[in-house]
Amino acid sequence: MTRVETQDRRQQAPRRSLTRRLWRAAPPGLRQPLGLVAALVAAAWLVICLIGPVIAPHDPLAQELPRFTPPGEIAFLGTDELGRDLLSRILAGARVTIGLSLLLVCLSMLIGSVLGLLAGFFGRWVDETIMRFTDLVLAFPTVILAMVTAAALGASLFNAVLAALVVSWPPYARVVRSIVLGLRGNDFVFSGRLLGFSAARSIRVDILPNTLGPTLVLASLDIGTAALLLSGLSFLGLGAKPPTPEWGSMVSAAVSHFDKWWLGVFPGLAILTVVMSFNFIGDALRDALDPGVERR
Amino acid sequence: MSLASPQPDAKGRRGGGGRHAALARYIAKRLVIAIGLLFGMTLVTFCLTNLVPGDPVAAALGQRAADDPETVARFRAEYGLDQSLPAQYVAYLGRLIHFDLGTSWQTHRPVSADLAKAVPATMEIAFGAIVCAAVIGITFGAWSAYRRGRLTDQSLRLVSLVGISLPTFWTAIVCFYVFYYRLGWAPGSGRLTPGVAAPPRVTGMYTVDALLAGEWRTFVDASAHLALPTLVLTLYTVGLLTRFSRTSILEVLDQDYVRAAKAKGLPGRTVFFRYVLRGAAVPILTVVGLAFGSLLSGTVLVESIFGWPGLGSYAYQASSKLDLLAVMGVGLVVGLVYLCVNLVVDLAYGFIDPRVRVGR
Repeated sequence: MTRVETQDRRQQAPRRSLTRRLWRAAPPGLRQPLGLVAALVAAAWLVICLIGPVIAPHDPLAQELPRFTPPGEIAFLGTDELGRDLLSRILAGARVTIGLSLLLVCLSMLIGSVLGLLAGFFGRWVDETIMRFTDLVLAFPTVILAMVTAAALGASLFNAVLAALVVSWPPYARVVRSIVLGLRGNDFVFSGRLLGFSAARSIRVDILPNTLGPTLVLASLDIGTAALLLSGLSFLGLGAKPPTPEWGSMVSAAVSHFDKWWLGVFPGLAILTVVMSFNFIGDALRDALDPGVERR
Repeated sequence: MSLASPQPDAKGRRGGGGRHAALARYIAKRLVIAIGLLFGMTLVTFCLTNLVPGDPVAAALGQRAADDPETVARFRAEYGLDQSLPAQYVAYLGRLIHFDLGTSWQTHRPVSADLAKAVPATMEIAFGAIVCAAVIGITFGAWSAYRRGRLTDQSLRLVSLVGISLPTFWTAIVCFYVFYYRLGWAPGSGRLTPGVAAPPRVTGMYTVDALLAGEWRTFVDASAHLALPTLVLTLYTVGLLTRFSRTSILEVLDQDYVRAAKAKGLPGRTVFFRYVLRGAAVPILTVVGLAFGSLLSGTVLVESIFGWPGLGSYAYQASSKLDLLAVMGVGLVVGLVYLCVNLVVDLAYGFIDPRVRVGR
């Protein structure tokens, strides 16, 4: 199949536009209508992250509209219990939820990869210690452990990220460790060591680059989970402090005013669309890189 | 590949005697690991709640009382907080051996008594949800696998993706709004309508107790209150199970023995239940076990919305008050349930799949 594609590319390459080349480079999962929609939604949210506050019709913190206005003329998505424009808050909140989710995923990838590398490369007691600790964290009920950590650290967005970090690094450690174990016996790693590479150089040159692909796939699948966990913590009042426009804490306002449906529905839809689009992309990436059942 | 693969049960029969001893050894090994993990869990919770900036005394007493040194000293002495941290931990473990989980700072009752009330309430929704999710998820997964690549498969994939991506706390609010506030189909929050007396306690699960006592009206009322929380937790789990069942069943559908069964002319239903489902049961069961664990975790976000006095609400109140002993109690119970479920799942493999059978 690859050979056919290469020939094809050779014949048509000069005439193909950038969009067509991107289309061909995209994993097959994204080339279906649904995948395309998911990619566009994710891209739209990322753009909103950058320019959200600029395109917001109102100041997300200003209490300048009538309270509890239903969606309509005055405010497109209605206003909340303090007379703030819901649409503006959702647009401004994209930066908080998505930004922090990305930060969380990067940090867990970093910590998990380092621990996984150490465990897989050095083996023996290093491996035992790190992996038993990983098992321990994995055996804990995620939300409860994160909740305890967040409560103990004190409610703030940064602490919520730290608390979520405590529970979200173990999968990375496991994946990276298993890859490193597989690589360690390879000839190219051996020959590096025989040439006198130090452990650090061997990891940097021979091992680290090979762990990147699967780790990135795992990370892309993890963004949705991260967003759910962070907004869940904020929903419980363990994340964002009140004036901050964070989607989870916006939904929690609907608990005490559940007859005002728009308070909860729209921020929740924002979370749902973000998580869904990132999950779909992660899924497509995994299908593309993993020669498993899906593509047979 | 197909030529080299051995007969399904060729492996299981080899090795002869000592099977029971092997099974006992396996269970013993699992139990030792489980106890080690539970021990580690107490240590982690203990460190977390003690080594971080939050002050549990202030959280438990409120700021006014916490300013009064005498009250604080009395409180610390009462709960043994005036001792050194290692001494506190050892004292806790000593009591734990006698199944004494200590006294909660916020309810002033033994943690074990609180848990005895909260655990059945949560189990009631968790059991319902895992059964519904497993039935629906496996059905959807099988349907999807049989129609791979077609419209049904695509739509079910979308459905399960939505399920995985739903924020549980949001689904709970939306369901509450629609089915209680708008349609009036579901009763309000709590486990029973005010005025309906709780059935005499046997298991602590109101539906079961009401049936045992023959109180039909209480049973109906308790079931009605169960419906919404169960629905929300089912939605939370069903997506995961659908996707996983699909993958596992697809793998089995490609196997030679399934092709052989079809070629023999067996009816499709027989092929599905006797060959396909049985072959895919082991991985599916594993994920059902894991899903049950994550479901217990998920109750934290759901129970507060439905005013359900279960483990999740208890954990939330305990951790926001830094109620150390209560939090450790919850962690231990959930950890214990999680490990038991996994052990049961592991042992069930043997009954389903002769290839991994350790007994006879």
